[in-house]
Amino acid sequence: MSAPERVPVKRTAKLFIGGEFPRSESGRAYEVLSHDGRLLAWAARASRKDLRDAVRAARDAQPGWAGRTPYNRGQILYRVAELMEGRRAQFEAELADAGAPDPRRGVDAAIDRWVWYAGWCDKVHQVLGGTNPVAAPYFNFTIPEPTGVVGIVAPPDQALLGLVSRLAPAIVSGNTAVVIASEPSPLPAVSLAEVLATSDVPGGVVNVLTGFTRELVPWLAGHMDVNAVDVTGVPDDLMPEVEALAAENMKRLHRAPDVDPFSPQAQSPYEITALCEMKTVWHPIGA
Amino acid sequence: MSQTAEIQPGGVGTQAFGPRDAARLVARTTAVDAVGLEERAASLGKRSIKRESKLWALDLAIRCTDLTTLEGADTAGKVVAMCAKAVRPNPIDPSIPSVAAVCLYPELVPVALGQLKGTGVRVASVAGGFPSGLGPLDARLREVREVVEMGAHEVDIVLNRSLFLAGRYAQAFEELRAAREAAEGVHLKVILEVGELGSYDRVRQASVLAMAAGADFIKTSTGKLSTGATLPSALCMMEAARDFSRETGRPVGIKVAGGIRRSKQAVQYLVLLYETLGPEWMTPERFRIGASSLLNDVLMQIDKERTGRYQGPDYFTID
Repeated sequence: MSAPERVPVKRTAKLFIGGEFPRSESGRAYEVLSHDGRLLAWAARASRKDLRDAVRAARDAQPGWAGRTPYNRGQILYRVAELMEGRRAQFEAELADAGAPDPRRGVDAAIDRWVWYAGWCDKVHQVLGGTNPVAAPYFNFTIPEPTGVVGIVAPPDQALLGLVSRLAPAIVSGNTAVVIASEPSPLPAVSLAEVLATSDVPGGVVNVLTGFTRELVPWLAGHMDVNAVDVTGVPDDLMPEVEALAAENMKRLHRAPDVDPFSPQAQSPYEITALCEMKTVWHPIGA
Repeated sequence: MSQTAEIQPGGVGTQAFGPRDAARLVARTTAVDAVGLEERAASLGKRSIKRESKLWALDLAIRCTDLTTLEGADTAGKVVAMCAKAVRPNPIDPSIPSVAAVCLYPELVPVALGQLKGTGVRVASVAGGFPSGLGPLDARLREVREVVEMGAHEVDIVLNRSLFLAGRYAQAFEELRAAREAAEGVHLKVILEVGELGSYDRVRQASVLAMAAGADFIKTSTGKLSTGATLPSALCMMEAARDFSRETGRPVGIKVAGGIRRSKQAVQYLVLLYETLGPEWMTPERFRIGASSLLNDVLMQIDKERTGRYQGPDYFTID
């Protein structure tokens, strides 16, 4: 007689809001299938109120995150990369399920990209800020400041690298983020949320919603307390609506450069300043 | 909405009880079923109020608000700004009603009176050694008399918890009665500070004591403790007010204060009020919410209901 087969204990893929992992308040979930049609999991299908809660959590966390020293933010983000390394097997399996041709390369690139952006925390000010020559007795200088709460619509493909490439530059400068994960492959985003929860990133700095992109994007774009939206994952036909909604409070809209995500051109300090406000100060100088 | 007779300050029934009744009143107060109370408060708090009803509730919440500033750092300038907000909470939207009153320290009452003349917004002042109520009795009573002389329409005093918790009910009652007499002709709100009372039994007893002593309103908290109003303690006070009104025929208002910052909380208290005291209490004459940051959240919720878009604090006045 053979031993009974063990039933594996599967993870419930939940939302990540304010450092916690709630189910959707709506109680909804949707099927996540692998590229070859296997049922991988039921992911939470975020509702309008989940989005509201996520924005509120991001707003509450923003001053504290921006108020940390850039050095400290950098250390925290390096640690995220360290913990991603420890979860490598899980990320690789999830990318393989999503149909990535080379999961190992995808995870390598995602971790390297995270580290690359983490390094910019304490460099972005001196490299992209600066002093300006002016024709008057003023010391005139410009510094990038975080814009506030950033909505990120992650690209549907490249579930990990695509997400990291959008998220890391957004939070480096002190923004907080509400991420709408890839709809077909949300599981790497859920795993990344679990990494963030166990690193030193304060709750609310990154909030991850899984669900239907077309449903969530208009609520995000229309939310008056969101300051910018990274629209990389917004379907083209939805863009006119998003632009109209975003115009209401003059949100910044930004999209990833159209290059191979593995190439060096896919990472740039300008991705950080795209979600910053450049503040220029005129300081009088005496004779 | 039904018309409700205004509460007459210190009206019918206030003389029905004397200090010698105080101990008896407290003693015969029935024990509160804490589990049942909390469960009822929680279940009523979950009720979903949507669209037109929600807009109606939010409008009522504004009309019932005592816009409050009780900081050591209050200045005349801050009070002037708050008064402007009290009259027109949203300067670009005249459909938003004025709040019921502003609530502040005695020193700033003349400033508020000057700003609010002719607007219908009332001026409430804390007095009587707020927030502890443990100064010399004559000084506390003089403070009450002075704010009345200045022209405040409402006075918020504190129950002497030190006496009450020591079981000296008659003395606590006499102090309240003396304050009632000092606050002749104005609305007297008695703050029980439920966060310091320790049990719902105590909350109920303190409610009865304050109502018997002539309080026009009983109020949950000073807002100076980390524990302010809670749904169960407010429900406990509402039930006490309901029973008192049935027994004596005198309606007593309820004021919730302390930690009420979100519209959702305000609506929850309105649901409790409706289910406990009924529609006659759904008016600023008989219900108040003491708050400061709540008002902006209500304004944002109203805009959200009207436009379908979630609002941000960047587009509302800072107070």
